[in-house]
Amino acid sequence: MIRIRQRSARPVRSASVIAAGIAALTLGVAACSSSTSTAPSGGATSAGGGGGSSATAQAGTSGLTVPTANLPVLQKVGKGEGQLNLIAWEGYLDPSWVKPFQQQTGCIVNAKYAGSSDEMVSLMKDGGGGQYDMVSSSGDADLRILYAGDAHPVNMALIPAAKDFFPAFQAPGFNTINGVHYGVSLQWGPNVLMYNTKDFPAAPTSWSVLYDPANKGKVTVPDNPIQIADAALYLEKTKPSLGITDPYELTQPQFQAAVALLTQQQPLVKKYWALASEEISDFQNGNVTLGAGWPYQVSTLKAAKFPIGSTVPAEGATGWADTWMLAAKAPHPNCAYMWMQYISTPQVQAKQAVTYGETPDNAKACAYMDKLQAGSCAEYHANAPASYLASISLWKTPLATCDNGQNDCVPYAQWVTAWNTQVK
Amino acid sequence: MESRGLRIALRAWVALVLLFLFVPVALIVLYAFNKSNIESWPIPGVTTHWFSVAARDAQVRAALWLSVRVGLAATVLALVLGSMVSFALHQFRFFGRDAISLLLVLPIALPGIITGIALNSFFTFTSIQFSTLTIVAGHATFCIVVVFNNLIARLRRLPGSVSEASMDLGARGWQTLRYVTLPLSATALISGALLAFALSFDEVIVTIFTAGAQNTLPLWIFGAIRLGQQLPEVNAVVTVVILLTLIPVVLAARIAGAGALSRSGGGRR
Amino acid sequence: MTYTAGTRQLTQVAAGAGQGRWLRLSTVLWRRPWARATLLLTPPLAWFLLVYVASLVVLLVTAFWSINPFTTNIDRTWSLANFQQIFTTPAYLSDIGQTVAMAAEVTVTDAIIAFPFAYFMARVAAPRTRTALFVAIMLPLWASYLAKVYSWVLIFTNNGFLDWVAGGLGLGHPQLIYTNWAVYAVFCYLWLPYMIIPVYGALERVPDSMIEASQDLGGRTWRTTRSVLLPLVLPGLVAGSIFTFSLTLGDYITPLLIGGTKANFIGNVIYTNIGIANNVPFAAAMALVPIVIMGLYLSGARALGAFEAL
Repeated sequence: MIRIRQRSARPVRSASVIAAGIAALTLGVAACSSSTSTAPSGGATSAGGGGGSSATAQAGTSGLTVPTANLPVLQKVGKGEGQLNLIAWEGYLDPSWVKPFQQQTGCIVNAKYAGSSDEMVSLMKDGGGGQYDMVSSSGDADLRILYAGDAHPVNMALIPAAKDFFPAFQAPGFNTINGVHYGVSLQWGPNVLMYNTKDFPAAPTSWSVLYDPANKGKVTVPDNPIQIADAALYLEKTKPSLGITDPYELTQPQFQAAVALLTQQQPLVKKYWALASEEISDFQNGNVTLGAGWPYQVSTLKAAKFPIGSTVPAEGATGWADTWMLAAKAPHPNCAYMWMQYISTPQVQAKQAVTYGETPDNAKACAYMDKLQAGSCAEYHANAPASYLASISLWKTPLATCDNGQNDCVPYAQWVTAWNTQVK
Repeated sequence: MESRGLRIALRAWVALVLLFLFVPVALIVLYAFNKSNIESWPIPGVTTHWFSVAARDAQVRAALWLSVRVGLAATVLALVLGSMVSFALHQFRFFGRDAISLLLVLPIALPGIITGIALNSFFTFTSIQFSTLTIVAGHATFCIVVVFNNLIARLRRLPGSVSEASMDLGARGWQTLRYVTLPLSATALISGALLAFALSFDEVIVTIFTAGAQNTLPLWIFGAIRLGQQLPEVNAVVTVVILLTLIPVVLAARIAGAGALSRSGGGRR
Repeated sequence: MTYTAGTRQLTQVAAGAGQGRWLRLSTVLWRRPWARATLLLTPPLAWFLLVYVASLVVLLVTAFWSINPFTTNIDRTWSLANFQQIFTTPAYLSDIGQTVAMAAEVTVTDAIIAFPFAYFMARVAAPRTRTALFVAIMLPLWASYLAKVYSWVLIFTNNGFLDWVAGGLGLGHPQLIYTNWAVYAVFCYLWLPYMIIPVYGALERVPDSMIEASQDLGGRTWRTTRSVLLPLVLPGLVAGSIFTFSLTLGDYITPLLIGGTKANFIGNVIYTNIGIANNVPFAAAMALVPIVIMGLYLSGARALGAFEAL
């Protein structure tokens, strides 16, 4: 063993340096942070991580303002920057429509997939924003992104294809606040009941099959706190005495009933799927025969010639309406506008609708859909969306203030806690 | 010392462990030839189509290249910083020496998700943009300890007489380092560097939290797994990586093996 | 200063005046060892303190804050609410217990699997075989972690590889997918090389003379192993256990892909809170639990001499 023992006159005091450094850092962080608050203008604070009652925004969100509402919009789409960073649902960036876009505009698309609205909100905030250009968020994430100041106003004059959208999607409340647009509406669809046609030759007519003990160990549902709304929707029709009118606005007793139903369901569930591919492979391998999922899984299984069926049962379904929202600090705004225009054209809307299995927002897409797949326009209700739209409960963020003006609805933070501690 | 029966039992055990280690890897290679893009058993059909898909896929090439760059940067940083701290801790006794070795072990002793979220909060707090640099910072932090461990273990086994002789012959400290100590610890540095590169190349969890919009190879793989449409392409890419790394791993083993022989000569007390 | 220079560099020393500057610097460093030590230590320590330790401190501080539940921006009011929530919710407490138990089980299992393997490699195998075995355990480390876990999904899934093998052997249908047994098996698989390598290193360092002496004193194989070999190898075992324990403690991807409805581990709670719910303060509070656990484990490991064997 080397024995170069240097008896130095002044021993190096590394340990005390370390300790002093840590202490200084902690004090510094504590000092400079206690004087500032980072809540956005008008946003109230809450106590604790997700627990306890919180006095958040006023009725709806009228007390809040969007921090980025006054940012100047792009006046003219310039030369593409060569790159585009997108956060998307699995299946929204299929090569069949991304490749032509890349060839036409030279903007290379980098995709980051997210499996839930929460993930999307989280990714948009990572590192203070500035990483991604756009996110294909659903209604329940849109408002949270907007009010956090992570979205940028959009100049709709630069997206002529959006003029052909159905009226309901031209300036919907989830991406347009006070006349300022923060993104362009994309497509929408339901969360469907999927079933193996070999085990269920006739389509199930009710969501009750997912709660039936006879199907123990054969069920899969999404690993997402918003599932509580699915349980509430089921209870709305099967237990009218609870008085549920909106599955996203639940009073405490209604909320507890929905959570209790899901807790009862837990022994039946084989797996709470977090990745779309998990549900696909679970059906494929026979791990499950019933489940709640997106049309994307259904399309993929059908393409692999698997006997899968899907249906919207009698009680209706929850669903989602997606927007390509522009990020506040988007690094490639020109490519972003080119994408928004491209994805809103009828041909591309039709391609995405047929491939994924959803309903386009562009009224002119119907004809193109039937050319790609006969009968698809009617199948996905692309020609008469108003009544169909009314039957789907689109995702929205549960807030403490209900639409009827009361303040006793359960906010989303409690949904998350209940999902992670009681249901799973 | 071992009886014949024991030797046979040991051989059987080794065979079983090797089987355990390699069945999943063999399945990865097998399913790189999968005809269907959904993985189910038994394999529906074989095709080499996915290898050409992977070769033509620009995203894969970009991810692979980024992983290599990050790995090299992290390894170089780890070599420099790791050897500096090894020499310091080896040559000097001072108060706080143990604290430093504890500090160095923390990045691999603490679960990766903690390093990941700590760095994530720190970069967000200080408004540092996520980029290749933040990924390298995350990787270098745990690579340093890998190099440190290898090097200090070797330094402890080097006979002290060699450096003393070198200095008796008039070499300065720097010359002793360059012509005597480093060549003797070269194999430790090389195996440390290889292990550090391997750890950085396959790192998922810390990278998820410190990467921006760019993808390293593991991040690309994770995205592909989420989609479920290109699983055989993932397997094809992994197969090629395994084949490519066979060469440096064999080299490393040869070198480490040689080192072991020299160790057995000088390290017995 | 003349030396009987046999080496190239000594003639260079005697040569130019241009070398004088370096000579002076070298002399200064030689005479003041603390200067050398500081020079060597500053860059790595600076790195660690400014990047790693600083980020851990930020995490520690964040655990005492909370978030605005609607926008999920961080709200810097100090409170202990996060910790209160963790330690009063039975679900979180059982998650912590489940994780620690799994980590311990995986560590013990890997130690048992690794020891005979490492023993064979170190003491029985010929040098050629030893190199081959070394390559064999390093190779799986280069196959992507994610691809390996996904392979195990294929093995465990309904009518997957395991069912096929078991059916062929007449053992029926194990049906292990989405159970904690599957998670346990995959963890043991993933971290095995990290246990074998330090144990092999420790075994390799045991001098033959020790074993011979033990046998001369009358010890048979088992007695020698128990009384002589194991104590010498213990630091290596503990060093390997640091890897297996901490890697299991924080992993969330394997439970996500392989685990079922009961597979909620500390890593999953942290991940769902930071990556999904964006509740960074709560995730930070939860993260302090494995930090404390590993801190205790590391002090125990240091007492057992594991740091020498890393």
